[in-house]
Amino acid sequence: MSASEDSKGVANTGPFDFDKLDKDFKFEISREPGGENIMYCFACGTCAGICPVGDKNEDFDPRRLIRLAILGFREEVLSSPAIWLCSTCYSCTVRCPQDVKITALMAAIQTISSRDGYAHDSYRMFIDMAMKHKFILEVSEFENSKRAKLGCPEITADPAETVKLIEHTKALDIIKRKPKSEGAKK
Amino acid sequence: MKAAAFLGCNVSIRRFEYEAAARAVAKKLDIEFVDSNDFGCCGYGAGPIDHDTYLAMAARNICVAEDMGVDLMMVFCSACSGNLTKVNKLLQENEEERKHINELLKSVGREFKGTVKIKHFTRFLAEDIGLERLKKEIVHPLEGVRIASHYGCHYIKPPEIFDHFEDPIHPHSMDDLVAVAGATPVNYPNKRQCCAGAIIAVSEDTSVKIVTEKLENLEKTGVDALAVHCPFCHVMYDEYQKHESVKLEKPIPVLFLPQILGLAMGCDPKKELGIKKKVAKKLLGGSE
Ligand code: SF4
Ligand code: SF4
Repeated sequence: MSASEDSKGVANTGPFDFDKLDKDFKFEISREPGGENIMYCFACGTCAGICPVGDKNEDFDPRRLIRLAILGFREEVLSSPAIWLCSTCYSCTVRCPQDVKITALMAAIQTISSRDGYAHDSYRMFIDMAMKHKFILEVSEFENSKRAKLGCPEITADPAETVKLIEHTKALDIIKRKPKSEGAKK
Repeated sequence: MKAAAFLGCNVSIRRFEYEAAARAVAKKLDIEFVDSNDFGCCGYGAGPIDHDTYLAMAARNICVAEDMGVDLMMVFCSACSGNLTKVNKLLQENEEERKHINELLKSVGREFKGTVKIKHFTRFLAEDIGLERLKKEIVHPLEGVRIASHYGCHYIKPPEIFDHFEDPIHPHSMDDLVAVAGATPVNYPNKRQCCAGAIIAVSEDTSVKIVTEKLENLEKTGVDALAVHCPFCHVMYDEYQKHESVKLEKPIPVLFLPQILGLAMGCDPKKELGIKKKVAKKLLGGSE
Protein backbone atom coordinates (compact mmCIF):
# COMPACT_ATOMS: atom_id res chain seq x y z
CA MET A 1 0.00 0.00 0.00
CA SER A 2 1.32 3.44 -0.78
CA ALA A 3 1.31 6.10 1.87
CA SER A 4 -0.62 8.52 -0.30
CA GLU A 5 -3.74 6.34 -0.02
CA ASP A 6 -3.80 6.79 3.69
CA SER A 7 -5.48 9.55 5.64
CA LYS A 8 -3.15 9.23 8.61
CA GLY A 9 0.06 10.10 6.84
CA VAL A 10 1.55 6.65 7.10
CA ALA A 11 0.13 3.68 5.24
CA ASN A 12 -2.56 1.99 7.26
CA THR A 13 -0.65 -0.87 8.72
CA GLY A 14 -3.72 -2.83 9.79
CA PRO A 15 -3.36 -6.39 11.07
CA PHE A 16 0.18 -7.23 10.15
CA ASP A 17 2.42 -10.17 9.50
CA PHE A 18 5.39 -10.12 11.85
CA ASP A 19 7.53 -12.09 9.43
CA LYS A 20 7.29 -9.35 6.82
CA LEU A 21 8.55 -6.62 9.13
CA ASP A 22 12.11 -5.38 8.99
CA LYS A 23 13.32 -6.10 12.50
CA ASP A 24 16.65 -4.45 11.79
CA PHE A 25 15.10 -1.07 11.04
CA LYS A 26 15.35 0.09 14.66
CA PHE A 27 19.06 -0.79 14.67
CA GLU A 28 19.54 0.97 11.36
CA ILE A 29 17.97 4.11 12.88
CA SER A 30 19.97 3.84 16.08
CA ARG A 31 23.19 3.81 14.05
CA GLU A 32 22.19 7.05 12.32
CA PRO A 33 23.30 10.31 14.05
CA GLY A 34 20.32 11.47 16.12
CA GLY A 35 18.57 8.12 16.13
CA GLU A 36 20.65 6.57 18.93
CA ASN A 37 17.92 6.57 21.60
CA ILE A 38 14.97 5.25 19.60
CA MET A 39 14.70 2.05 21.62
CA TYR A 40 14.18 3.93 24.90
CA CYS A 41 10.66 4.91 23.80
CA PHE A 42 7.93 3.42 26.01
CA ALA A 43 5.12 4.92 23.93
CA CYS A 44 3.79 7.27 26.61
CA GLY A 45 2.55 9.82 24.06
CA THR A 46 3.98 12.92 25.69
CA CYS A 47 5.50 13.91 22.34
CA ALA A 48 2.23 13.46 20.49
CA GLY A 49 0.41 15.49 23.13
CA ILE A 50 2.74 18.49 22.97
CA CYS A 51 3.43 18.48 19.22
CA PRO A 52 2.19 21.71 17.58
CA VAL A 53 2.10 20.05 14.17
CA GLY A 54 0.11 17.04 15.32
CA ASP A 55 -2.28 19.47 16.97
CA LYS A 56 -3.16 20.97 13.58
CA ASN A 57 -2.50 18.11 11.19
CA GLU A 58 -3.68 14.61 12.02
CA ASP A 59 -1.26 13.10 9.49
CA PHE A 60 1.53 13.72 11.95
CA ASP A 61 1.94 11.76 15.15
CA PRO A 62 5.51 11.34 16.42
CA ARG A 63 4.65 8.50 18.80
CA ARG A 64 2.99 6.54 16.02
CA LEU A 65 5.96 7.04 13.70
CA ILE A 66 8.37 5.87 16.39
CA ARG A 67 6.19 2.87 17.20
CA LEU A 68 5.98 1.86 13.53
CA ALA A 69 9.73 2.30 13.15
CA ILE A 70 10.48 0.10 16.18
CA LEU A 71 8.07 -2.57 14.94
CA GLY A 72 9.88 -2.59 11.61
CA PHE A 73 7.55 -0.92 9.13
CA ARG A 74 10.60 0.32 7.27
CA GLU A 75 9.18 1.02 3.84
CA GLU A 76 5.94 2.50 5.18
CA VAL A 77 7.82 4.93 7.40
CA LEU A 78 10.51 5.92 4.91
CA SER A 79 8.06 6.53 2.06
CA SER A 80 5.59 8.42 4.22
CA PRO A 81 5.14 12.14 3.48
CA ALA A 82 4.37 12.53 7.21
CA ILE A 83 8.01 12.19 8.26
CA TRP A 84 8.71 15.56 6.63
CA LEU A 85 6.16 17.38 8.79
CA CYS A 86 8.27 17.80 11.93
CA SER A 87 8.87 21.52 12.41
CA THR A 88 11.93 20.86 14.62
CA CYS A 89 10.46 22.77 17.56
CA TYR A 90 12.06 20.52 20.24
CA SER A 91 8.94 20.71 22.44
CA CYS A 92 8.88 16.93 22.55
CA THR A 93 12.62 16.62 23.08
CA VAL A 94 12.61 18.73 26.24
CA ARG A 95 9.69 16.78 27.69
CA CYS A 96 10.22 13.16 26.69
CA PRO A 97 10.62 11.15 29.92
CA GLN A 98 12.83 8.62 28.13
CA ASP A 99 15.26 11.05 26.49
CA VAL A 100 14.44 9.73 23.03
CA LYS A 101 15.58 13.03 21.46
CA ILE A 102 12.68 12.89 19.04
CA THR A 103 13.58 15.98 16.99
CA ALA A 104 16.99 14.52 16.15
CA LEU A 105 15.37 11.13 15.61
CA MET A 106 12.97 12.60 13.02
CA ALA A 107 15.97 14.07 11.20
CA ALA A 108 17.70 10.66 11.29
CA ILE A 109 14.63 9.03 9.73
CA GLN A 110 14.54 11.76 7.06
CA THR A 111 18.19 11.18 6.24
CA ILE A 112 17.66 7.43 5.78
CA SER A 113 14.57 8.20 3.71
CA SER A 114 16.62 10.53 1.48
CA ARG A 115 19.21 7.83 0.93
CA ASP A 116 16.40 5.56 -0.23
CA GLY A 117 15.34 8.17 -2.78
CA TYR A 118 12.43 9.75 -0.91
CA ALA A 119 14.02 13.13 -0.10
CA HIS A 120 11.47 15.91 0.10
CA ASP A 121 11.83 18.23 -2.91
CA SER A 122 12.36 21.30 -0.74
CA TYR A 123 15.60 19.77 0.60
CA ARG A 124 16.77 18.74 -2.86
CA MET A 125 16.21 22.37 -3.80
CA PHE A 126 18.16 23.51 -0.77
CA ILE A 127 21.27 21.72 -2.06
CA ASP A 128 20.68 23.11 -5.58
CA MET A 129 20.45 26.66 -4.25
CA ALA A 130 23.54 26.28 -2.08
CA MET A 131 25.44 25.03 -5.15
CA LYS A 132 24.29 28.01 -7.21
CA HIS A 133 24.38 30.87 -4.73
CA LYS A 134 25.99 29.54 -1.49
CA PHE A 135 22.88 31.01 0.15
CA ILE A 136 19.37 29.62 -0.18
CA LEU A 137 18.32 32.96 -1.65
CA GLU A 138 19.80 34.92 -4.50
CA VAL A 139 21.62 38.19 -3.82
CA SER A 140 21.31 40.86 -6.48
CA GLU A 141 22.07 44.53 -6.95
CA PHE A 142 18.59 45.22 -5.63
CA GLU A 143 19.24 43.73 -2.18
CA ASN A 144 22.63 45.35 -1.96
CA SER A 145 21.31 48.80 -2.77
CA LYS A 146 18.60 48.41 -0.13
CA ARG A 147 21.18 47.15 2.33
CA ALA A 148 23.39 50.15 1.63
CA LYS A 149 20.52 52.51 2.45
CA LEU A 150 20.39 50.98 5.93
CA GLY A 151 24.15 51.16 6.32
CA CYS A 152 24.74 47.43 5.82
CA PRO A 153 27.88 46.35 3.91
CA GLU A 154 27.72 44.83 0.45
CA ILE A 155 27.39 41.06 0.27
CA THR A 156 28.83 38.95 -2.50
CA ALA A 157 27.82 35.38 -3.18
CA ASP A 158 30.70 33.48 -4.76
CA PRO A 159 29.67 29.85 -4.28
CA ALA A 160 33.06 28.32 -5.22
CA GLU A 161 34.07 27.13 -1.75
CA THR A 162 30.63 25.80 -0.90
CA VAL A 163 30.42 24.02 -4.25
CA LYS A 164 33.78 22.36 -3.76
CA LEU A 165 32.85 21.23 -0.28
CA ILE A 166 29.46 19.82 -1.26
CA GLU A 167 31.09 18.00 -4.19
CA HIS A 168 33.22 16.14 -1.68
CA THR A 169 30.13 14.80 0.12
CA LYS A 170 27.38 12.40 -0.93
CA ALA A 171 24.70 15.11 -1.18
CA LEU A 172 24.77 15.49 -4.98
CA ASP A 173 24.34 11.76 -5.45
CA ILE A 174 21.56 11.53 -2.86
CA ILE A 175 19.44 14.35 -4.31
CA LYS A 176 19.43 12.57 -7.67
CA ARG A 177 18.08 9.33 -6.21
CA LYS A 178 14.52 8.19 -6.86
CA PRO A 179 12.61 5.58 -4.88
CA LYS A 180 13.06 2.03 -6.11
CA SER A 181 10.12 0.59 -8.04
CA GLU A 182 6.75 0.06 -6.38
CA GLY A 183 7.56 -3.64 -6.27
CA ALA A 184 10.70 -3.08 -4.27
CA LYS A 185 8.78 -0.73 -1.99
CA LYS A 186 6.57 -3.50 -0.68
CA MET B 1 34.46 43.74 22.33
CA LYS B 2 34.89 42.18 18.90
CA ALA B 3 32.80 39.48 17.23
CA ALA B 4 32.44 37.98 13.77
CA ALA B 5 28.97 38.80 12.45
CA PHE B 6 27.41 35.70 10.92
CA LEU B 7 24.30 36.79 9.05
CA GLY B 8 23.18 33.73 7.10
CA CYS B 9 20.74 33.77 4.19
CA ASN B 10 17.55 35.22 5.58
CA VAL B 11 18.99 38.06 7.65
CA SER B 12 21.35 39.30 4.95
CA ILE B 13 18.99 38.97 1.99
CA ARG B 14 15.43 39.20 3.27
CA ARG B 15 15.46 40.84 6.70
CA PHE B 16 18.40 43.20 6.81
CA GLU B 17 16.44 45.72 8.86
CA TYR B 18 17.19 43.26 11.68
CA GLU B 19 20.89 43.40 10.84
CA ALA B 20 20.83 47.21 10.60
CA ALA B 21 19.15 47.51 13.99
CA ALA B 22 21.60 45.05 15.55
CA ARG B 23 24.48 47.09 14.14
CA ALA B 24 23.01 50.31 15.51
CA VAL B 25 22.51 48.80 18.98
CA ALA B 26 25.98 47.22 18.91
CA LYS B 27 27.52 50.61 18.13
CA LYS B 28 25.93 52.09 21.25
CA LEU B 29 27.42 49.27 23.29
CA ASP B 30 30.92 49.37 21.76
CA ILE B 31 30.54 45.94 20.21
CA GLU B 32 32.55 45.73 17.01
CA PHE B 33 31.16 43.42 14.30
CA VAL B 34 33.69 42.02 11.87
CA ASP B 35 32.18 41.04 8.51
CA SER B 36 33.30 38.48 5.98
CA ASN B 37 31.99 37.58 2.56
CA ASP B 38 33.34 34.06 3.07
CA PHE B 39 30.35 33.16 5.20
CA GLY B 40 27.52 31.30 3.46
CA CYS B 41 24.44 29.33 4.38
CA CYS B 42 24.68 27.67 7.81
CA GLY B 43 23.78 24.28 6.35
CA TYR B 44 20.41 23.88 8.11
CA GLY B 45 18.63 22.28 5.16
CA ALA B 46 21.37 19.77 4.38
CA GLY B 47 20.65 17.66 7.48
CA PRO B 48 17.75 15.68 6.03
CA ILE B 49 19.82 14.93 2.90
CA ASP B 50 23.18 13.94 4.34
CA HIS B 51 24.60 14.34 7.83
CA ASP B 52 28.20 14.87 6.66
CA THR B 53 27.17 17.63 4.24
CA TYR B 54 25.27 19.31 7.03
CA LEU B 55 28.23 19.13 9.44
CA ALA B 56 30.70 20.26 6.81
CA MET B 57 28.62 23.27 5.70
CA ALA B 58 28.17 24.45 9.28
CA ALA B 59 31.81 23.75 10.17
CA ARG B 60 33.08 25.68 7.16
CA ASN B 61 31.37 28.81 8.48
CA ILE B 62 32.80 28.26 11.94
CA CYS B 63 36.26 27.91 10.35
CA VAL B 64 35.77 31.25 8.60
CA ALA B 65 35.18 32.87 12.00
CA GLU B 66 38.17 31.03 13.49
CA ASP B 67 40.34 32.20 10.60
CA MET B 68 39.25 35.80 11.29
CA GLY B 69 40.99 35.54 14.64
CA VAL B 70 37.99 36.33 16.82
CA ASP B 71 36.79 34.45 19.92
CA LEU B 72 33.12 35.05 19.33
CA MET B 73 30.77 34.41 16.43
CA MET B 74 27.58 36.45 16.74
CA VAL B 75 24.48 34.98 15.13
CA PHE B 76 21.14 36.71 14.58
CA CYS B 77 18.95 34.03 13.06
CA SER B 78 17.80 31.49 15.64
CA ALA B 79 17.90 28.60 13.16
CA CYS B 80 21.51 29.42 12.21
CA SER B 81 22.37 29.89 15.87
CA GLY B 82 20.96 26.53 16.92
CA ASN B 83 22.58 24.82 14.00
CA LEU B 84 26.05 26.31 14.32
CA THR B 85 26.08 25.96 18.11
CA LYS B 86 25.15 22.29 17.83
CA VAL B 87 27.84 21.50 15.27
CA ASN B 88 30.46 23.56 17.12
CA LYS B 89 29.82 21.61 20.31
CA LEU B 90 29.79 18.25 18.56
CA LEU B 91 33.07 18.87 16.76
CA GLN B 92 34.71 20.31 19.85
CA GLU B 93 33.80 17.28 21.92
CA ASN B 94 33.97 14.41 19.47
CA GLU B 95 37.46 13.86 18.15
CA GLU B 96 36.53 11.15 15.69
CA GLU B 97 33.85 13.30 14.08
CA ARG B 98 36.19 16.29 14.03
CA LYS B 99 38.86 14.32 12.18
CA HIS B 100 36.29 13.06 9.71
CA ILE B 101 34.86 16.52 8.95
CA ASN B 102 38.34 18.02 8.79
CA GLU B 103 39.12 15.57 6.01
CA LEU B 104 36.24 17.10 4.03
CA LEU B 105 37.22 20.64 4.96
CA LYS B 106 40.74 20.04 3.63
CA SER B 107 39.25 20.20 0.14
CA VAL B 108 38.59 23.92 0.70
CA GLY B 109 41.71 24.59 2.73
CA ARG B 110 39.97 24.91 6.08
CA GLU B 111 40.42 23.17 9.41
CA PHE B 112 38.04 23.16 12.36
CA LYS B 113 39.97 23.99 15.51
CA GLY B 114 37.16 24.66 17.98
CA THR B 115 38.36 28.04 19.17
CA VAL B 116 35.23 30.18 18.87
CA LYS B 117 32.18 30.56 21.05
CA ILE B 118 28.87 31.04 19.22
CA LYS B 119 26.09 33.19 20.61
CA HIS B 120 22.75 34.50 19.49
CA PHE B 121 22.70 38.30 19.75
CA THR B 122 19.82 38.26 22.25
CA ARG B 123 21.68 35.85 24.51
CA PHE B 124 24.79 38.01 24.25
CA LEU B 125 22.86 41.13 25.23
CA ALA B 126 21.19 39.45 28.19
CA GLU B 127 24.20 37.46 29.38
CA ASP B 128 27.33 39.38 28.48
CA ILE B 129 26.23 43.01 28.20
CA GLY B 130 23.68 42.72 30.97
CA LEU B 131 20.52 44.61 31.78
CA GLU B 132 22.26 47.24 33.93
CA ARG B 133 24.59 48.32 31.15
CA LEU B 134 21.73 48.35 28.63
CA LYS B 135 19.60 50.54 30.88
CA LYS B 136 22.25 53.25 30.72
CA GLU B 137 21.66 53.64 26.98
CA ILE B 138 17.90 54.09 27.16
CA VAL B 139 16.89 57.64 26.28
CA HIS B 140 13.31 57.12 25.05
CA PRO B 141 11.72 54.49 27.31
CA LEU B 142 8.72 53.00 25.50
CA GLU B 143 6.40 53.68 28.39
CA GLY B 144 2.99 52.09 28.28
CA VAL B 145 3.75 50.10 25.13
CA ARG B 146 2.60 46.50 25.45
CA ILE B 147 5.04 44.12 23.77
CA ALA B 148 4.72 40.34 23.58
CA SER B 149 7.78 38.21 22.86
CA HIS B 150 8.08 35.19 20.62
CA TYR B 151 11.13 33.22 21.74
CA GLY B 152 10.95 30.61 19.02
CA CYS B 153 12.54 27.20 19.29
CA HIS B 154 16.15 27.20 18.16
CA TYR B 155 17.12 30.09 20.41
CA ILE B 156 17.03 27.95 23.56
CA LYS B 157 16.42 24.35 22.52
CA PRO B 158 17.80 21.79 22.95
CA PRO B 159 19.06 23.44 26.16
CA GLU B 160 22.21 21.30 26.51
CA ILE B 161 23.81 22.83 23.41
CA PHE B 162 23.28 26.32 24.86
CA ASP B 163 24.92 25.53 28.21
CA HIS B 164 21.41 25.62 29.77
CA PHE B 165 21.63 29.42 29.83
CA GLU B 166 17.88 29.66 30.02
CA ASP B 167 15.01 27.40 31.06
CA PRO B 168 13.31 26.38 27.78
CA ILE B 169 9.93 26.06 29.47
CA HIS B 170 10.05 29.39 31.30
CA PRO B 171 12.31 31.65 29.25
CA HIS B 172 12.56 35.33 30.21
CA SER B 173 15.53 36.94 28.39
CA MET B 174 13.41 38.60 25.70
CA ASP B 175 10.87 39.91 28.20
CA ASP B 176 13.72 41.27 30.30
CA LEU B 177 15.08 43.16 27.31
CA VAL B 178 11.62 44.46 26.40
CA ALA B 179 11.36 45.74 29.97
CA VAL B 180 14.79 47.39 29.71
CA ALA B 181 13.45 49.32 26.71
CA GLY B 182 10.81 50.69 29.07
CA ALA B 183 7.95 48.77 27.47
CA THR B 184 5.56 46.42 29.26
CA PRO B 185 6.29 42.72 28.58
CA VAL B 186 3.02 40.90 27.94
CA ASN B 187 2.29 37.21 28.47
CA TYR B 188 -0.16 35.40 26.22
CA PRO B 189 -1.57 31.89 25.81
CA ASN B 190 0.68 29.27 24.20
CA LYS B 191 3.65 31.61 24.20
CA ARG B 192 6.16 28.87 23.38
CA GLN B 193 4.36 27.83 20.21
CA CYS B 194 6.63 27.30 17.22
CA CYS B 195 6.39 29.57 14.12
CA ALA B 196 6.25 26.48 11.87
CA GLY B 197 8.54 28.18 9.35
CA ALA B 198 10.54 24.97 9.00
CA ILE B 199 7.65 23.17 7.30
CA ILE B 200 6.29 26.00 5.18
CA ALA B 201 7.55 24.24 2.02
CA VAL B 202 6.20 20.88 3.19
CA SER B 203 2.71 21.84 4.32
CA GLU B 204 1.85 25.52 4.07
CA ASP B 205 -1.63 24.75 5.27
CA THR B 206 -0.34 23.34 8.57
CA SER B 207 2.06 26.24 9.07
CA VAL B 208 -0.67 28.79 8.47
CA LYS B 209 -2.95 27.10 11.02
CA ILE B 210 -0.18 27.24 13.63
CA VAL B 211 0.65 30.88 12.85
CA THR B 212 -3.01 31.89 12.91
CA GLU B 213 -3.44 30.52 16.39
CA LYS B 214 -0.61 32.64 17.77
CA LEU B 215 -1.78 35.78 15.99
CA GLU B 216 -5.29 35.28 17.35
CA ASN B 217 -3.94 34.74 20.86
CA LEU B 218 -1.99 37.97 20.56
CA GLU B 219 -5.01 39.87 19.34
CA LYS B 220 -7.18 38.55 22.17
CA THR B 221 -4.50 39.49 24.69
CA GLY B 222 -4.16 42.98 23.26
CA VAL B 223 -0.59 43.87 22.30
CA ASP B 224 0.97 46.86 20.55
CA ALA B 225 3.72 44.78 18.95
CA LEU B 226 5.29 41.35 18.80
CA ALA B 227 9.03 41.06 19.37
CA VAL B 228 10.96 38.37 17.48
CA HIS B 229 14.65 37.65 17.00
CA CYS B 230 14.71 35.31 14.04
CA PRO B 231 14.07 36.20 10.37
CA PHE B 232 12.06 33.00 9.81
CA CYS B 233 9.71 33.78 12.67
CA HIS B 234 9.41 37.34 11.35
CA VAL B 235 8.35 36.15 7.92
CA MET B 236 5.80 33.79 9.47
CA TYR B 237 4.10 36.33 11.74
CA ASP B 238 4.50 39.37 9.54
CA GLU B 239 3.92 38.19 5.97
CA TYR B 240 1.32 35.60 6.93
CA GLN B 241 -0.87 38.25 8.55
CA LYS B 242 -1.86 38.96 4.94
CA HIS B 243 -2.93 35.36 4.34
CA GLU B 244 -6.64 34.93 3.56
CA SER B 245 -7.26 32.64 6.51
CA VAL B 246 -5.85 35.12 9.04
CA LYS B 247 -8.49 37.58 10.06
CA LEU B 248 -7.19 40.21 12.44
CA GLU B 249 -9.09 43.39 13.34
CA LYS B 250 -5.94 45.38 12.73
CA PRO B 251 -2.39 44.38 11.89
CA ILE B 252 0.03 43.52 14.70
CA PRO B 253 3.44 45.13 14.08
CA VAL B 254 6.19 42.51 14.24
CA LEU B 255 9.54 43.96 15.25
CA PHE B 256 12.98 42.56 15.82
CA LEU B 257 14.15 42.90 19.39
CA PRO B 258 17.11 45.17 18.41
CA GLN B 259 14.65 47.46 16.61
CA ILE B 260 12.77 47.87 19.89
CA LEU B 261 15.96 48.44 21.87
CA GLY B 262 17.27 50.78 19.18
CA LEU B 263 14.11 52.91 19.33
CA ALA B 264 14.49 53.25 23.08
CA MET B 265 18.19 54.04 22.63
CA GLY B 266 17.36 56.96 20.36
CA CYS B 267 18.49 55.48 17.05
CA ASP B 268 16.94 56.88 13.87
CA PRO B 269 13.86 54.69 13.28
CA LYS B 270 13.94 54.80 9.49
CA LYS B 271 17.61 55.16 8.61
CA GLU B 272 19.16 52.98 11.30
CA LEU B 273 16.42 50.59 12.31
CA GLY B 274 14.30 50.17 9.18
CA ILE B 275 11.05 50.74 11.08
CA LYS B 276 8.04 52.19 9.27
CA LYS B 277 7.27 55.76 10.30
CA LYS B 278 3.76 54.97 11.50
CA VAL B 279 4.90 52.09 13.70
CA ALA B 280 7.79 54.07 15.17
CA LYS B 281 5.49 56.95 15.97
CA LYS B 282 3.04 54.66 17.72
CA LEU B 283 5.74 53.04 19.86
CA LEU B 284 7.49 56.28 20.72
CA GLY B 285 4.21 58.10 21.28
CA GLY B 286 4.25 57.67 25.02
CA SER B 287 7.65 59.25 25.51
CA GLU B 288 7.30 62.24 23.26
S1 SF4 C 1 7.55 11.17 24.73
FE1 SF4 C 1 9.38 9.86 24.47
S2 SF4 C 1 8.86 7.92 25.48
FE2 SF4 C 1 6.94 9.05 25.21
S3 SF4 C 1 6.10 8.27 23.25
FE3 SF4 C 1 7.29 10.11 22.75
S4 SF4 C 1 9.35 9.34 22.29
FE4 SF4 C 1 8.29 7.68 23.32
S1 SF4 D 1 10.08 18.62 17.28
FE1 SF4 D 1 8.79 17.77 15.65
S2 SF4 D 1 7.83 15.96 16.55
FE2 SF4 D 1 8.65 17.15 18.24
S3 SF4 D 1 6.94 18.38 18.97
FE3 SF4 D 1 8.10 19.64 17.48
S4 SF4 D 1 7.10 19.28 15.48
FE4 SF4 D 1 6.41 17.65 16.90
